[in-house]
Amino acid sequence: MFRRLPEALSGGRPVRLLVDGEPVEAREGDSLAAALLASGRVACRTTPVGGVPRAPYCMMGVCFECLVSVDGMGSRQACLVEVREGMRVETQRGAREFGR
Amino acid sequence: MSMAACATTRTERRRAMAMDARRDEADFAVVGGGLVGTAVAWGLARLGRRVLVLDEGDVAHRASRGNFALVWVQSKGMGMPRYATWTRLSSDSWAGFAAELARETGVDVRFERPGGFSLALGEAELEKRVAQIRRLHNQPEMVVDNGFEVVDRARLDAMLPGLGPEVAGGVYCPFDGHANSLKLLRALNEGLRRAGATCLASCGVDAISPVAGGFRIDHRGGVAMAGRVVLAAGIGNARLAPMVGLRAEVRPQRGQVLVTERLQPFLRHPVVTVRQTDEGSVMLGDSQEEAGLDETVGTPVIATIAERATRMFPLLGRANVVRSWAALRVMTRDGFPIYERSAAHPGAFLVTCHSGVTLAAAHALHLAPMLDAGAFPADFAPFGARRFDVPATA
Repeated sequence: MFRRLPEALSGGRPVRLLVDGEPVEAREGDSLAAALLASGRVACRTTPVGGVPRAPYCMMGVCFECLVSVDGMGSRQACLVEVREGMRVETQRGAREFGR
Repeated sequence: MSMAACATTRTERRRAMAMDARRDEADFAVVGGGLVGTAVAWGLARLGRRVLVLDEGDVAHRASRGNFALVWVQSKGMGMPRYATWTRLSSDSWAGFAAELARETGVDVRFERPGGFSLALGEAELEKRVAQIRRLHNQPEMVVDNGFEVVDRARLDAMLPGLGPEVAGGVYCPFDGHANSLKLLRALNEGLRRAGATCLASCGVDAISPVAGGFRIDHRGGVAMAGRVVLAAGIGNARLAPMVGLRAEVRPQRGQVLVTERLQPFLRHPVVTVRQTDEGSVMLGDSQEEAGLDETVGTPVIATIAERATRMFPLLGRANVVRSWAALRVMTRDGFPIYERSAAHPGAFLVTCHSGVTLAAAHALHLAPMLDAGAFPADFAPFGARRFDVPATA
């Protein structure tokens, strides 16, 4: 669905993440939300009440749709987190667990 | 303007027009459409009375939309044992009340009574809390046994998850519970609608005049006539009560609340300052401030609420807070309800309390029949406003 612009392909060193246990390659400077979209993972969570999928939407910290778990901390806004080598990302199904 | 003119939906307008046509026949006008007013009004409507609810609308200081939604027994009644009995009766009536509301309206108000806790941070707090509850239960006129238990840390750990190291113990009461108070207000409104009552919003009351056979009520949408009138207008009762020979010395007391994002269910038992709602949010609260009609949220108070909550449940510190608000409790001088009939105008009643959720079942199922009968039983004397005429002993 999403692909990188040619000028974005040339810049930035590769950064490797684990998303739900699977290796994903992003680019240095990517926001996590952009990296997830570029890797083809559109839905990053399901909602607590209806259980329906949600994707990053505003990409600027306002809508809170892109919540994911980052290195064990739940409900982080993926659009406001920059990717780091070795980052462990988990998509969230339903409400966040107490203490995660 | 007629009552019909300020009704908002077509159905309401039709019903209001019908009421206009037979307004002399309205049995009860209830002033105030919060949890106290709607519970009483629904209780009267289910007895077959024709009920008119006059509500100020969304400009009102609406305790019903800001409360903590506990159905709480354990701390109630120090200084007035009758209040402990009344509160317990409401708690015991809540399951049937909720079931009837669900049956009549299709709205599940999510009442649960798993027993609740107050928690102490440190031994000193625990001692103080236990002394308070013993004093409450040792009152000579205390006729109800609310089954409280002092729970030590080891037993607490088996019932509550992830307690912080400072939690020394707590007090448990099996009759404490909680509900979803927004769904409760919704259910009562729906129940009133289905019972054929008329609920008028944006119809704040300006004047009530005793007339032959009842009361004339001048409100923002026109004039209503009713055989009897019940004042359930919260803080507004202070202004309205003298119009029918009553007195309501009530003042606002501010409470602030924090709410977290929705979490997986983890907290089965409500704690007096921390409870997880049926939809997963965690509410943190129970502050008390004398701040007049100021409904703003203040950082020092919500910081203290958050700090105490995270000392009780440290893992809550990881949750995101998504909203905060302040609301105004309706407090009498001694904190107890007033249920009073006007001596000068016996068809006028005053109903006020600060526990509109806890007492909703009692108001609907037990108070409404008293209002319908036209008088309170003799053992309701402690709730009368005359108790304020006695000078307090220093």
